[in-house]
Amino acid sequence: MTIVDLSRIQFAVTTIIHFFFVPLTLGLSILIAMFETKYVTSGNETYKRMAKFWGKVFLISFAAGVVTGIIQEFHFGMNWSEYSRFMGDIFGAPLALDALLGFYLESVFIGLWVFGWERLPKKIHLAAAWLVAIGSMISALWILTANSFMQNPVGYAIVNGRAVMTSFYDLITNPNLPYQFLHVLSAGITTAGFIVLGFSALHLLRGKGDVDFFQKAFRWAAIYALIGSLAVIIVGDAHGKFLEQIQPMKISATEAVWESEPEAADLILFAGIDEKNGENSFELAIPKALSFMLYNRFSGGVLGLNELQEQAAAQYGPGKYIPPVAITFWSFRIMVGAGFLMLLLAFLALVRPRVKFLQKSSPFLKILLPAMALPYIACTSGWMLTESARQPWIVYGLQLVREAVSPNVTAGTVLFSLVLFTVVLVALTWVTGWLMFQSGIAEPKPEQSVG
Amino acid sequence: MELNTVWFILVAFLFTGFFFLEGFDFGVGMLLPFLGKNDLERRLIINSIGPVWDGNEVWMITAGAAMFASFPDVYATLFSGFYVALVIMVLALIFRGVAFEFREKRESRKWRTGWDWAIFTGSLIPAFLWGVVVANLMRGFAIQPDMNYYGGLLPLLNTYALLGGLVFVSLFIMHGANFLTRKVQGEVKERAKKAAFSTWIAATILIVLFLVWSYFVTDILTKPEINGLIPAILAAVSLLVTGWLIRSGRSGWAFITGSLTVVFATIMVFAGLYPRILISSLDPAWSLTIVNAASSPYTLQVMTIVAAIFLPVVLIYQGWSYWVFRKRVDAKPENLTY
Repeated sequence: MTIVDLSRIQFAVTTIIHFFFVPLTLGLSILIAMFETKYVTSGNETYKRMAKFWGKVFLISFAAGVVTGIIQEFHFGMNWSEYSRFMGDIFGAPLALDALLGFYLESVFIGLWVFGWERLPKKIHLAAAWLVAIGSMISALWILTANSFMQNPVGYAIVNGRAVMTSFYDLITNPNLPYQFLHVLSAGITTAGFIVLGFSALHLLRGKGDVDFFQKAFRWAAIYALIGSLAVIIVGDAHGKFLEQIQPMKISATEAVWESEPEAADLILFAGIDEKNGENSFELAIPKALSFMLYNRFSGGVLGLNELQEQAAAQYGPGKYIPPVAITFWSFRIMVGAGFLMLLLAFLALVRPRVKFLQKSSPFLKILLPAMALPYIACTSGWMLTESARQPWIVYGLQLVREAVSPNVTAGTVLFSLVLFTVVLVALTWVTGWLMFQSGIAEPKPEQSVG
Repeated sequence: MELNTVWFILVAFLFTGFFFLEGFDFGVGMLLPFLGKNDLERRLIINSIGPVWDGNEVWMITAGAAMFASFPDVYATLFSGFYVALVIMVLALIFRGVAFEFREKRESRKWRTGWDWAIFTGSLIPAFLWGVVVANLMRGFAIQPDMNYYGGLLPLLNTYALLGGLVFVSLFIMHGANFLTRKVQGEVKERAKKAAFSTWIAATILIVLFLVWSYFVTDILTKPEINGLIPAILAAVSLLVTGWLIRSGRSGWAFITGSLTVVFATIMVFAGLYPRILISSLDPAWSLTIVNAASSPYTLQVMTIVAAIFLPVVLIYQGWSYWVFRKRVDAKPENLTY
């Protein structure tokens, strides 16, 4: 394996594991702040206990998210120094703003939230909860500002072989950014909804202890998960339509469209993808449905990968510009499948109090336990999709991944760090998941002894 | 003042904040297994930095990111050049960061002792490696004309740099012991006081050695115009005063003068470097400076405006969080877990 492959695998492994923890931080911090708001406005102690109970699950995941995030910041300089030199003028700014505006807020106020229950007035403590949630949203916003530039460069010029920022306004109003941010935020909301639903279902199945506590949590989480999964699908659909305009290669790879369809394109549900010969060995397709997805009508052409390849080669010089099709094609289908399944489950969870069948049926509650894996599957495949479909570019149209690696780090060194990071992060994920599970299945403490 | 200098000062400020703040929580982490004889005492020690360590670590992240934004070539050269050292540092910080959260989750003694040692190692390694990095920055390393360093890890672990590592470790332990003396009560406080004095002796010897050596192998203290001589003297004086204050039991003042030592020592390094940031030991012309490694004037302008607005806000709310937790940690067992 080359240095480029190893560096890419390392980045993929560490990013994917980092992003196991980020969506829950995003979504659950808001939900906890909402519980605490309810406590402060109504005076009902149950909501305080809810904030604390889910706070424990949250903090475990949050800690893992913080420490895995350090790798991400170091990575650009360590493994991708040529990228850092080429892009630093633009990319460094949102990263610095991420730290200055987001990380400080999150980390200072999480300390105040955890240790401040007795020390701070109720309303100040509530403000700390919201500031943690806002801090994590801000940091998501800035890191996605940086990522959006990589997907859709704006407000730059190439000066002396380097990308230079010409408009900060263009950078932060990148039309790709609102889609990415809202998609990630609603994915976070969905993740939190399903984690709370899953653990509440487990407690309800047990049927002893504080049933009311978990019925409340279940109802809140059902609404939350429904809003999240609905939003994630709507934003994702709009994002796809937008991407067809700016990154047609990404859409055609995602849908495995090899040959251009000038009139109307079919939506391929399943296919045998033959990347070598640039075709599908078999297809199961819905006629004209892809055009409908992209343009809201049953007509409208889509450029095929083979034609886009020719165009790209003419524009950028010889080379292969088609991303790994099988990975993007299948990760999209896994993401969408998980997304719609979550929408259905969240809907059923919401109507459960009104539908007799669902109330009695413990199978439904039991389904919600493994369903806790769904948001993680969807988030992981979502990132796989968006990052692999940008290949071979690291910055779309500006720099290739293979031009971006550090020239002074050897393949052996990267192999060494890859093995170390993988072993440590997999172990960390395992322990984190296990501790979250332990906290989630524990009985909530009665008010007197909540310390 | 031109913006390149402004950003040099800002990056220096962020590193100073990082060494000052995370310096004492690294120190407390290194002292943890030795000053806490049982679980309760260890909990007490951890709670002294519990609410603040995460905010302190953000200074490192921000310093790195600010360097990326203002001097991308420095960021690229430094992080790719110190690759292996940084891998080890990041792993140490990962173990340390989760240890604070995971330790409480199980009663088992083995589990807790294991995480206590993770906090110890996770504080020791980054403290030591930052010392190694800073010493190499002071002396310079083999940067080629393409701005890259190809030498790998071993040349960076030279005796001078290793001494730099020991200086950081001893200084941070003293700094942490002073902090702890202010934050806890009872036996742990007495032990912290003793530890502060014995590490003060060690730190003083190491720092004197390091300064003398630096005088001969670097130009940090001697370079014409701006150099690190005056801050070095201030750092030495405040260190001496710290020893006297520890001895006479004025722990609050000892913490303040110890902090000044860390601050002046960092200023010494950056003043001695200016206007270079990474010195090439091969040829002065290949050094990375505030001019040849900087971002475009436009980016620096934008970032200056943003930093001017938001850095004070951060300082205010982080300062306020220290104010909230200003009291000594309550040693009653029922208040120690969260």
